[in-house]
Amino acid sequence: MSTFSKEHLEFIKQKKKEKRKIVLFRTLSLLLFLGLWEFSVKEKWLNTFLFSSPSLVLQTVVKLFQTNDLWEHIFITIYETVLSFGISSFLGISIAGILWWNKVLAKVVDPYLTVLNALPKVALGPLIIIWVGASTNSIIFMALLIATFLSIIDIYQSFISTENNYITLMKSFHATKKQIFFQVVLPSNYQNIINSLKINIGMSFIGVIMGELLVSKKGLGYLIMYGSQVFNINLVITAVVILGVISYFMYFVIDKLEQKIKR
Amino acid sequence: MSILKVAHLSKNYHDLKDEIKALKDISFEMEDQEFISIVGPSGCGKSTLLSILSGLDKASSGTIEFSKKNCKIGYMLQKDSLFPWKTVYENCLIGLKIEGPIQEEDKKEVLRLLKTYGLYEFKDKYPKSLSGGMRQRVALIRTLAIKPDILLLDEPFSALDYQTRLALSEDVYNIIKKEKKTAIMVTHDLAEAISMSNRILIFSKRPSTVKKIYKVQLTNRKGPINNRKCPEFNTYYDLIWRDLDVHI
Ligand SMILES: Nc1ncnc2c1ncn2[C@@H]1O[C@H](COP(=O)(O)OP(=O)(O)O)[C@@H](O)[C@H]1O
Ligand SMILES: [Mg+2]
Repeated sequence: MSTFSKEHLEFIKQKKKEKRKIVLFRTLSLLLFLGLWEFSVKEKWLNTFLFSSPSLVLQTVVKLFQTNDLWEHIFITIYETVLSFGISSFLGISIAGILWWNKVLAKVVDPYLTVLNALPKVALGPLIIIWVGASTNSIIFMALLIATFLSIIDIYQSFISTENNYITLMKSFHATKKQIFFQVVLPSNYQNIINSLKINIGMSFIGVIMGELLVSKKGLGYLIMYGSQVFNINLVITAVVILGVISYFMYFVIDKLEQKIKR
Repeated sequence: MSILKVAHLSKNYHDLKDEIKALKDISFEMEDQEFISIVGPSGCGKSTLLSILSGLDKASSGTIEFSKKNCKIGYMLQKDSLFPWKTVYENCLIGLKIEGPIQEEDKKEVLRLLKTYGLYEFKDKYPKSLSGGMRQRVALIRTLAIKPDILLLDEPFSALDYQTRLALSEDVYNIIKKEKKTAIMVTHDLAEAISMSNRILIFSKRPSTVKKIYKVQLTNRKGPINNRKCPEFNTYYDLIWRDLDVHI
């Protein structure tokens, strides 16, 4: 450190200052939003019954926590999301690999993939309930429908746009197709796969909540559904806020994981 | 003794709309430890010939005979194509790794090459931290690592600036001579061809044939940089320039 010039130290100081400023403004804007919300409800500009308030959300969280339900709902939702994420990532990478391996098969299934990906999966909700039953399975199934096709298409696209020179080089050493796949196609698309997994976790989350709204007896999607049925807007908004926190948390974990693997 | 015999080679490329006749009739022979350059108009099929010789592509007709059974070809492509996710050392071992479990002595040989050609301190670095000339040398070591009988070099210096190119051509020439390799090099730089080769094949426009073959005889032949000062150098340059028949 001591070898850095004064100019460089100044530069680092400036960067740190900038970073502190961003964190400060982020916190301030969040506090401002919460404050305005609380204030508008207190002053009766907004209807408490329809819009809840930060303090009510907090009370609901505490209440849920005390009745021991909160963790269970959160745990169920996260568990389902992680499971769907795992399965759809595995399917995405391996099916994309199979399609890379067999170009003819890829051409044959291309229109099916496109249609399946574009199809609004909610439309399949009733069918899924009939086929799979109103259980955790149908929630996972819904999430997989939403996440898997996108991940297959995404990862396959990056597989086939692998730098051609790398493949020619491997062929010039008489590499087998398997060697080309594992030594070039996979590692050269490492970043693309991570990016696709990042999208995938979001998609799995969406799918799980959608599934919970349709069928479940537990989970945050269920809380929202239940809350709206008994017209407990407080509960609905609390669940939505928790979803927001979980989303941020998942993003945070993935980001940290990515940085860790990169090094 | 001739190590390679190419006779009446032709190659056509097809797509649904058209057929491209790249090579029409290519014949030549090559001696052991000979250095041959190929020059010709761009798009005439020089890279095509190399990829056929290396087995990457199939000829439409004609024959290729190697005097040795299982003659090993080392192909140095136009782009260095070093894998950015592997270190310099790992990049050099790719060819060997593809062949099977890497022998200890092969590893030692690669380390010797890295040491000899000034890359040993960079062996655990990633390619992005190397200069263009260093990258090209790594690509050459990667090709040499599999101990090829014949080296094919496709415009190995074309991506480099003039000074690096001159210095590296000297290096590569010395490496090839020292390791006693036979080499075919494609280039569009006449001076490079004359100063490095024993013979030069001139290709015609597409569909190409071997228009002419020059045996390069220089008094006081040494390394490429020095050869440029030989009295015959300019004569060859003028002759070949005329053969290429460049119209602007
Ligand atoms: N894989 C290919 N498919 C179709 N045409 C090709 C292919 N490779 C090369 N060609 C055509 O063959 C001709 C010779 O190409 P190439 O051997 O690369 O020329 P160069 O002498 O510049 O190295 C060019 O007209 C090129 O367009
Ligand atoms: Mg070429």
